[in-house]
Amino acid sequence: MADSTTETAVYLCTGCPLGCRLEVDAVAGDVIEVRGHTCKRGERYGRQEYLDPRRPLSTTVWVRGARVARLPVRSAESVPRDRLVEVAEALRGVCVDAPVRRGQVVLADVAGTGVDVIASRSLEPVG
Amino acid sequence: MTISAEPRHLDARYDVLVVGAGPAGMAAAIGAREMGADSVLLVDRERDPGGILLQCIHSGFGLHAFKEEITGPEYAERFFEQVLDHEVDVLTDAFVMDVTAERRVKLMSPSVGVTTVDAGAVVLAMGARERTRGAIHIPGDRPSGVMTAGLAQKMVNLEGYLPGRRAVILGSGDIGLIMARRLTLEGVEVVGVFELLAHPSGLGRNIVQCLEDFDIPLHLSTTVVGIHGRDRLERLTVAPVDDQRQPLMDRAWDVDCDTLLLSIGLIPDAELARDLGARMDPLTGGPMVSSTMETSLPGVFAAGNVVHVNDLADWVSQEARVAGEAAGALSTGRMRPLEDIRLLPGDNVGYVVPHTISSDHTQTVSFRVRKPIYGDTQLRLGEVHRRKLKAAVPAEMITIKVGPHLLEGFTGDALRVDAVPFDAEADAPSDAVGGER
Repeated sequence: MADSTTETAVYLCTGCPLGCRLEVDAVAGDVIEVRGHTCKRGERYGRQEYLDPRRPLSTTVWVRGARVARLPVRSAESVPRDRLVEVAEALRGVCVDAPVRRGQVVLADVAGTGVDVIASRSLEPVG
Repeated sequence: MTISAEPRHLDARYDVLVVGAGPAGMAAAIGAREMGADSVLLVDRERDPGGILLQCIHSGFGLHAFKEEITGPEYAERFFEQVLDHEVDVLTDAFVMDVTAERRVKLMSPSVGVTTVDAGAVVLAMGARERTRGAIHIPGDRPSGVMTAGLAQKMVNLEGYLPGRRAVILGSGDIGLIMARRLTLEGVEVVGVFELLAHPSGLGRNIVQCLEDFDIPLHLSTTVVGIHGRDRLERLTVAPVDDQRQPLMDRAWDVDCDTLLLSIGLIPDAELARDLGARMDPLTGGPMVSSTMETSLPGVFAAGNVVHVNDLADWVSQEARVAGEAAGALSTGRMRPLEDIRLLPGDNVGYVVPHTISSDHTQTVSFRVRKPIYGDTQLRLGEVHRRKLKAAVPAEMITIKVGPHLLEGFTGDALRVDAVPFDAEADAPSDAVGGER
């Protein structure tokens, strides 16, 4: 139960398109209860959002020798929310050559986050 | 394995021909093969299959289809691998010009020229297109820099161009919200998102992860009332609106920007269906369909955003699989289910799909509310089914599964779908009305 030392944070879960409204109770920086979730991912999200908010990052990099100019890439795991722009900037000059395989690592340990960035699409070379 | 495929040859006749290789068409082609169609041709006008998924590089796809959250291109590629596994013939870079009620399909492509293919059944899966400036009549100059959000998405994510340096987004639909984040990550300054309505049109998660995460302001009940610039967009005039959506010009202000992205809704790309003479629903802009997604023309099916604009690609694929399976079953000579109950949009319901249902099988009924209800909401399917929801907003499509047990004992020919604020007394649960989740 909530008491005077309990702090309640309210989040909209971004774990999936349902968008559950989460209430996270914390005492002295420790999460003691998550409410409002309708799945296990939601409970994890609420806890994580309070302690260390993270987001998946998607962006594109240059690709040479393919039918399109840009290769879509994503972070293999979520990165700290406050570093999204920094991570995107670190990828801005990157250029890869076709062929590319989906899942291939495009940049390891991007911006020192410990997270790899991988290709979201396979691209064949064109002559 | 390769992602693009050309048929070794084009047959003169296919059991099932699918128009459009996006999340709907690919699922329909797979469904048709699984239900016994011997030959299936999947046609797309682009060079790579996948449709709009290829430019939707963000995650949020696949939670239903693959039980994990992936990006649009990954969803397209994994689905296409299944298409090839199912020995579907694929013809890309080909444009379907005409389909007749006899299911004779005229198509055109550099590889086969103009040619005609006969099909036992056709599945229309052309998706939707974006509404443009003309649809909402914004007054002012006609400079460059004004474009739809999806066009900007294609420029940025596939072609490698930025649309400008300082952007405003009109409309809070999901594509607009996603482009606000996308442009921010590419170093474009996004001044704000303006929404005519008092509530956002996109999903709540996108308000959080596309706007709030980047401190991009969302101006509700506010719209663009003027576009200024000779060659290039220089400035917009924006104004709050009253509850009749009329701009309050004395409170208007100017915003400097070189780019205006429009995210003001999608309309089914349903010309082929209309030209064919299929009965159309003025509420959706798409063809009317049965519970197996068959249009008013026998053997012509339609599924996905060409029927009604969905929130999720996963739901598009689910719906199209139903269409593909029914098209495949038809080709093996199986009978259609008896389809004799009409569905009608009732209180606070904008549209309902499908337009008829059957008491022979379980079907998914999809609809949207017209006005948001931010509290307990009662869904009613005539007198046969009730369900309580925590809230109902236009941005989120609602689905109910309607099976034979709900329709047992129902003797009418039509059911109304209502979504109204929950009234504890009037909506007291009764044993007579069964519910399923």
